Amino acid sequence: MTTAETTTADGREDAPESAPVRKSPPRWWRLLGRDRAAAVGAVVLSLVVLVALFGRLFIGDHAQRQDLDASLRAPSLSDGFHGLLGTDVLGRSVLARLIDAAATTLSVAVPAVLCSLVIGSAIGLWAGYHGGRRESVAMRVADVILSFPSLLIAVVVLYVFSPSATNIVLILAVARIPVYLRTSRAEAAELRSRLFVDAARTFGTPSRSIIYRHILPIALPTLLTVATLDFCFVMLTESSLSFLGIGIQPPDVSWGLMVAQGRQYLQTAWWITVLPGLAIVLTTVSATVLAAWARIATDPAQRWRLTLPRKRRGASAAVPPEMIP
Amino acid sequence: MTTTSAPAPSAADPALDVEGLCVDLSTASGTVRAVDGVSFSVRRGRTLALLGESGCGKSMTALSVVGLLDPAASVTGGAVRVRGEDILRLSPAERRRLAGPVLSIVFQDALTALNPVQPVGRQIGEPFRIHRGLSRREAREKAIELMTRVGIPEPRQRAKSYPHQFSGGMRQRLLIAMAVALDPDVLIADEPTTALDVTVQAQIMRLLRDLQDERDMAVVLITHDLAVVAQRADDVVVMYAGTVVEQGTVREVFAAPRHPYTRGLLDSVPEDAERGQPLPAVPGSPPELSAVPSGCVFQDRCPLVRERCVRERPSLRATGDGRSAACHFSEELDRD
Amino acid sequence: MTESRTTTETAGPRTGGHPPLLEVRGVTKSFGSGRRRLTALDGVDVRLGRGETLGLVGESGCGKSTLARVLLGLERPDAGTVRYDGVDPFALRGKELLNWRRRVQMVFQDPFASLNARMSAADLIGEPWRTHRDVVPDARAREKRIRELLSLVGLRESDAHRYPNEFSGGQRQRIGIARALALDPDLIVCDEPVSALDLSVQAQVLNVLSELQSRLGVAYVFISHDLSVVRYISDRVTVMYLGKVIEHGETEDVFDRPQHPYTAALMSAAPVLDASRAAHDQEIQLKGEIPSPFDIPSGCRFRTRCRHAEDKCATEAPPLVVRESEGDGDDHTALCHFPLEARPAWA
Repeated sequence: MTTAETTTADGREDAPESAPVRKSPPRWWRLLGRDRAAAVGAVVLSLVVLVALFGRLFIGDHAQRQDLDASLRAPSLSDGFHGLLGTDVLGRSVLARLIDAAATTLSVAVPAVLCSLVIGSAIGLWAGYHGGRRESVAMRVADVILSFPSLLIAVVVLYVFSPSATNIVLILAVARIPVYLRTSRAEAAELRSRLFVDAARTFGTPSRSIIYRHILPIALPTLLTVATLDFCFVMLTESSLSFLGIGIQPPDVSWGLMVAQGRQYLQTAWWITVLPGLAIVLTTVSATVLAAWARIATDPAQRWRLTLPRKRRGASAAVPPEMIP
Repeated sequence: MTTTSAPAPSAADPALDVEGLCVDLSTASGTVRAVDGVSFSVRRGRTLALLGESGCGKSMTALSVVGLLDPAASVTGGAVRVRGEDILRLSPAERRRLAGPVLSIVFQDALTALNPVQPVGRQIGEPFRIHRGLSRREAREKAIELMTRVGIPEPRQRAKSYPHQFSGGMRQRLLIAMAVALDPDVLIADEPTTALDVTVQAQIMRLLRDLQDERDMAVVLITHDLAVVAQRADDVVVMYAGTVVEQGTVREVFAAPRHPYTRGLLDSVPEDAERGQPLPAVPGSPPELSAVPSGCVFQDRCPLVRERCVRERPSLRATGDGRSAACHFSEELDRD
Repeated sequence: MTESRTTTETAGPRTGGHPPLLEVRGVTKSFGSGRRRLTALDGVDVRLGRGETLGLVGESGCGKSTLARVLLGLERPDAGTVRYDGVDPFALRGKELLNWRRRVQMVFQDPFASLNARMSAADLIGEPWRTHRDVVPDARAREKRIRELLSLVGLRESDAHRYPNEFSGGQRQRIGIARALALDPDLIVCDEPVSALDLSVQAQVLNVLSELQSRLGVAYVFISHDLSVVRYISDRVTVMYLGKVIEHGETEDVFDRPQHPYTAALMSAAPVLDASRAAHDQEIQLKGEIPSPFDIPSGCRFRTRCRHAEDKCATEAPPLVVRESEGDGDDHTALCHFPLEARPAWA
């Protein structure tokens, strides 16, 4: 198989959509509709976001209202809306608490992930694109942050300062910056030697425009995938902080805190732990599936896969058309 | 098919005879035919060039002959005869027995074709260990002998080096050494010099020719370079979109092509073109394998195209003196 | 007609008349230091007028790609001067530098890697305007200009919204050419623009390039290892070997009457279509391969592979041999102790 052949020979272009003149790429929501898993993921994520935004309007004070008579009730359909998912040891509605916790959890995890993603990627892309001393300094800083056990710093910092939501966000963000920094640096360092980056430099394009226009769009899907995985990590770290008593402070509640609090009742009242755990897993998996879809949907050379009829897609998975001479 | 009852191959018999070879390729958008009824044969001591542009199926043809097709591709018809046996019907183990002593191949990219973590001496000696059961030391001696033959300076020391320590030209020599190690009847060279500089390319071509003369091999040269064909090959098979469009001796085909594609290719070489005059280019580009037209494969780009070409695919028919062309109107090319 | 000077001059065009579009003198560039010092360019001279084509020939490691990067201002030379209409681009800053960048553009060898696969043809062609915002100010004019550029390189207007993976190699190269034209440059550096393309498509792209030259008056530095292509497209040819220009002259002079043994070998090594010519032509086989640019031979750098090499070649730098041009073209120069006769052996 000669290189000349693998590059030009085009199984790639026999994707059915390329034959007729097509004016614009298919709309993203149509692509989403073609991928069932990603569509489900999108629906789940939107639900979680809606609940986090508006859920508190519907639950009143049920998340905090104690009713010791109703302690540790199993999920059942006969106890009304608030008893749907059972109650905890203080008789509080697990459903109401889940809804309440969704807001808290997302308000910690989303800003933390976004902060570390934006700061880490920006520094990483800049360092990776320029290389040299800038790169080594950035990498050493990242190594230093990584070499501290992040939980330990969190404990120290949160012990010294007050364990407010803002501080938790900041601590988690700083602790996760190196992850994005390293990933984006590696991507940028590889991409800076690509020919189309050279081409952009011949027009006199300034470095930040090259990073923004050519490097970021290609590195972004990878970074988003890392971020979705990190989302899970951040939620769990937050729960361990809460477990140590320096995270989210009761009466506020987060999914992580619920898992931590319910742990001692695991054998008698599984729903207190399992349901918030399930919420974390569902949210993370949905985000990951959506990120995987976005990676394909934003790549013009891959996008055709999503336009194929579903049955064929399974069969074609074995042979990406680029590989065919 | 028993080999014992087969008559001893005479010099006139082809060393390699490919007949009606078809290769299907499963792609994302369904199965396409990558090689469609390709036939050719080559005798010992002769060089046959498979000439065509990327995607025309020339490499696929070669790979199916040596049994190295990608799993996505499968041979769906035809026969490949070597020493009177149809090797497409042999078991994988029997085919392996032929790989080396009968058929061997030289690839374009010598760096990926050699194992990067093994000294080259051991790799070149490997065929001897596998097929002749030589000891490691004997194989090493053989390897050094071969390295001397293909012009590697200080072979005894260099045998211990790794592939990346050689230049591109030297790596190609190593690959050739490995391919000719067991004196094959047929050597297939898949774009052996495409990645090399012109002066090195000339050296490698010379080496291949010398080895061919010395060992009386049949060589199948796969290339897209018309000039290499003109200089190196005896016969040529011109391929386009998976089919053979013309074949014959290089001298005659290049002097008077009987297919408009061959004609177009020859005309677009800027060798004799006057500066400032536009080159006579073939318009358009080759069809996708999934969109090969049902009539003549070349109809979209052909200056002679008529209604009949759209309706009916021309078969490869003899045009006298051992040549053949797949064109309804090949006579018209002779006239002007 | 042949004069010989024993200076360590380089073979290249000699100055004269008004300042040309591009004048490069004695450009030297090396990378690394100490024993790992790679000399990519060693005193290179290049001269090019408006609307002309200079062919740059040489094998891998001869420094032609580094020279291209210097011409585009992507690498700063260690020594020597680069002048565009008498202006040194490396002395420019800010807005002036940006304005100069418009004048020199590049077409790359690999039509696959040089286009960002995530951008549509229209975005790719219009990309230079995102940096040079004043060239085509409003969106409507941009669209019109993109349509013009597409038709100029022989693509359809409907192709504007397609992505690189939907084009064949030749079509992609046309996009690359259209992008290079977007800023109306005076000079386009073409780095092996057709060597990755199929033969039947190669001719199309070469035709596009020469047509553009006659319509727009753009000059080309045309880098290629394919001698037949260079001969077809160039007015003048410069041959490089290990970072030095070893021969320069009008295309006919260099091809028909090469002075340097390397040029002669290069030409005889390149396979030719015409069997009768090939038989006529004694193939000159070169010994070995190009020496490492980390360790350039003393004296004449070609001596390790040269048939005519004598002791003198190892100790003395070769003199500049000048054969004056018959017309008003560039003189035919070479760096060699034993230049070939004016008439080739087979003629």
